Amino acid sequence: MNRQITRLAVSALVLLVALIGATTYWQTWAAGGLADRQDNAIKVVAQFTIRRGQIYAADGRTVLATNRARRVQGRTLYFRRYPAGNLAPHIVGYSTQVRSRAGLERSQNDYLIASNKNLRTVLETTLDRLRGVTIKGNTLVLSLDAKIQALANRLLAGQCGALVALEPATGRVLAMASAPTYDPNLIEKRFGELSRIEANCRPAAPLVNRATDGLYVPGSTFKVLTAAAALESGRFRLDSTFDDPGYCIEYGKRVTNYADQSGPEVFGRVDFTAALQHSINAVFCEIGKALGPLVLIEYAKRFGFYSVPPLETPVNERAPSGLYQGSRLFRPKNRFQVDPGRFAFGQERLLVTPLQMAMLAAAVANGGLVMKPHVVERVVSPDRRTVARAKPEELGRAVSAETAAALTSMMEAVVSAGTGTAAQLPGVRVAGKTGTAETGVPGLNQTSFIAFAPADRPRVAIAVMLENQEGTGGRTAAPIARELLQALLAGGSNS
Amino acid sequence: MALVTGTGFASVYIAGQDVISTGSLSYGIFFLSVFLAAHLVVRLTVPQADPYLLPMAGLFVAIGVIEIYRLDPDDALRQSLWIVIAVGLFTATLVLLRRDYRRIERYKYLVGLAAIGLLALPALPGIGTTINGARLWVRVGSFQFQPGELAKILLIVFLAAYLRDKREVLAQGRLKDLGPLLLIWGAAMLVLVETRDIGSALLYFGIFLAMVYVATARIVYVGAGLVLFAAGAAAAYRLLSHVESRVTIWREPWTDGAVYCAQTGKLLPRQDCASYQLVKSLYSIANGQFAGTGLGKGTFAGTTGEPLIPDLNTDFIYSALAQELGLVGASALLLVFMLFTLRGFRIALLAEDGFSKLLAAGLTFGFALQTFIIVGGILRLIPLTGITFPFVSYGGSAVVANFVLLAGLLLVSDRANTRRL
Repeated sequence: MNRQITRLAVSALVLLVALIGATTYWQTWAAGGLADRQDNAIKVVAQFTIRRGQIYAADGRTVLATNRARRVQGRTLYFRRYPAGNLAPHIVGYSTQVRSRAGLERSQNDYLIASNKNLRTVLETTLDRLRGVTIKGNTLVLSLDAKIQALANRLLAGQCGALVALEPATGRVLAMASAPTYDPNLIEKRFGELSRIEANCRPAAPLVNRATDGLYVPGSTFKVLTAAAALESGRFRLDSTFDDPGYCIEYGKRVTNYADQSGPEVFGRVDFTAALQHSINAVFCEIGKALGPLVLIEYAKRFGFYSVPPLETPVNERAPSGLYQGSRLFRPKNRFQVDPGRFAFGQERLLVTPLQMAMLAAAVANGGLVMKPHVVERVVSPDRRTVARAKPEELGRAVSAETAAALTSMMEAVVSAGTGTAAQLPGVRVAGKTGTAETGVPGLNQTSFIAFAPADRPRVAIAVMLENQEGTGGRTAAPIARELLQALLAGGSNS
Repeated sequence: MALVTGTGFASVYIAGQDVISTGSLSYGIFFLSVFLAAHLVVRLTVPQADPYLLPMAGLFVAIGVIEIYRLDPDDALRQSLWIVIAVGLFTATLVLLRRDYRRIERYKYLVGLAAIGLLALPALPGIGTTINGARLWVRVGSFQFQPGELAKILLIVFLAAYLRDKREVLAQGRLKDLGPLLLIWGAAMLVLVETRDIGSALLYFGIFLAMVYVATARIVYVGAGLVLFAAGAAAAYRLLSHVESRVTIWREPWTDGAVYCAQTGKLLPRQDCASYQLVKSLYSIANGQFAGTGLGKGTFAGTTGEPLIPDLNTDFIYSALAQELGLVGASALLLVFMLFTLRGFRIALLAEDGFSKLLAAGLTFGFALQTFIIVGGILRLIPLTGITFPFVSYGGSAVVANFVLLAGLLLVSDRANTRRL
């Protein structure tokens, strides 16, 4: 019988050895693949064992995102909390269990959980892991000015729209507000309450960052770009003169100027500055016809149109500006595919984001040089060392300094004695441009205002865009811009 | 020697507890005293028995209780009480049978019928309880017991006695003598299919074939048995939906798209439905990687504290251990299981009479095969069937049965070693 027993013993051992083999397979060979699977709840939990880095406004004191530690089954898990509530949710975003992430919480996740590849961070997290201590993420300090951001939210209260303030010389985002705003603390457990947020548009869609993802008809604010193309191409000069009959003929039909109760305005013989100052559609229609749409598109691209504007927020939360066909960018093959006159004064199928319009204003303010916008100023390690710091970066030159200077003087005239007088500030030279675009619903416009100040030595550039307005850009958006510019200049945000 | 090893294990246990909570030294002291008692019993009743088996069993139980404690301290307390009962029954077995355990050979048919009776117990209305789709439990008041665990040992005893009696004639191929054997075995299988306990059915079948082989040396019987098994498995796959579902889960635990989910009646990816438990358990094992997360530092609960793996401390305790101890610890544990198996077979080799040899070989193979069926199921080597991990899993009846199994091996060993002196 002993021979059989020996054989049985061998087969039993083979079975047990197979178990060791299979354990080895799952714990080494297959472990990586399993870790990456979406339904791997262990890896989800692991994310919450890391103390995520905090997010601060530019003052380094206003906490936009922090953690609340909770003991769950004998271990400490860190859940996100947003003490500043609805101050800047569209930029900061959220990190929750149920709805993954958005905003910087998503795009800067590597920094926030300290899995970025900087040598120091790698060393420290490895040491922490070996010692079994909680891994601490890096902190973000944003360029957002908490006070201006709060003011921006107040100015936009009840509205649908957005507002962006940039520092022209650096591309620093000083304020970026999207209305209606929301409290990111609601995302986790009270998501339903977000659908009850109301504003003067429907659906209110509070989660959308309208500043970077909202597409608006720019209307006359786009005339700044048309003027830039006209001057830079050499086809027109600051002292060029135009004859305004009150309309412009396109495809055999009249395209009329802005009309009030007494009918369309007629200005007669005007110079270039006056054309922008009074936002004369007929003149810009003629300029558009003279330049052609392809030239306009070429100059628009120099300012950043037709590509997704750079910013640290997730790329799917930012939209490119340009001509659209349906929900896609339209790239015309020849000049006959686009109506040049309407394009020149910001209609046609042109859609823009507030960020892109702020970049346009900032580029003019910065002598024609487009700066890369950024909102993350510094990344700081848990032991308060700087891991990364934003440096001003040029995206490219859009127009020459001379053209920029000419545009500045024209835009100054808009505010001093044109459509944008509501943005005037005592003792400060403000350059700006209004925009009023009809939306198809009678009496309701998308209004906008872009500006920078002081005109001689610009420190801030802004764009304000509003939905469903009964008045013009000069009466709705310009006053908001004025308040904002005043606060920005008073705050002394020196570069 | 056993004392030294036992103390070593107890101190390991104390250290292990220390990681989890400093206030649980009492568990270590409790353990030390229980095993000291068990050791003294062994020294008094079976002084010549194999000295390695009890310490190894102590290690399994200790690791089990540590992990159960880590998952649910209340369960650990209950398990400790069961261990005391188990050691009591262990002592009783040793004391009652220390003179000559072979006298139970005479009552082999009684033993066989008792095994069937125990197996059929949960099927009786009134006291039988269904848990997780298997009708395996007997409930009297608040007291729950799984009689199948003890039935397994009785069946092995019956097989050993019967086969020793008839081995010569069976070896010559007189099929008529297979009759009573097939009858008892067939009844056992019927009961198991009725109670939907596929894992145990597989285990019994394996033990049966192994013991017939050891007794007759006829590989033909094993071959025929395997053919029969294949036919039975194919039939079960066709006829029994829960068998089919186990095989499907085993073959394809992950699906990219949604498939019909019988539990909710909706369309879901299979990993979120039928194979949820297997998949989550594999994630747990994979998370251990080489060195493990460390005792008490594994992840078994979601962010709100909800458990990620159902039945973690019973059938799935191996995946908890594999995560916290890693490849190193899990392999070490399996190596000790191999050592236990080797010692068991060694006892079978040293035993002098056929009954003792068959008994020891049957008990040992049952131990090894049970380990393979549950851990292999967890590791997706074979379709998963829920049976307990010997000595380690949470479960009173299992611990009691395993200690009785240990007592059996010690008795055989003691007799063999005494006769050799």
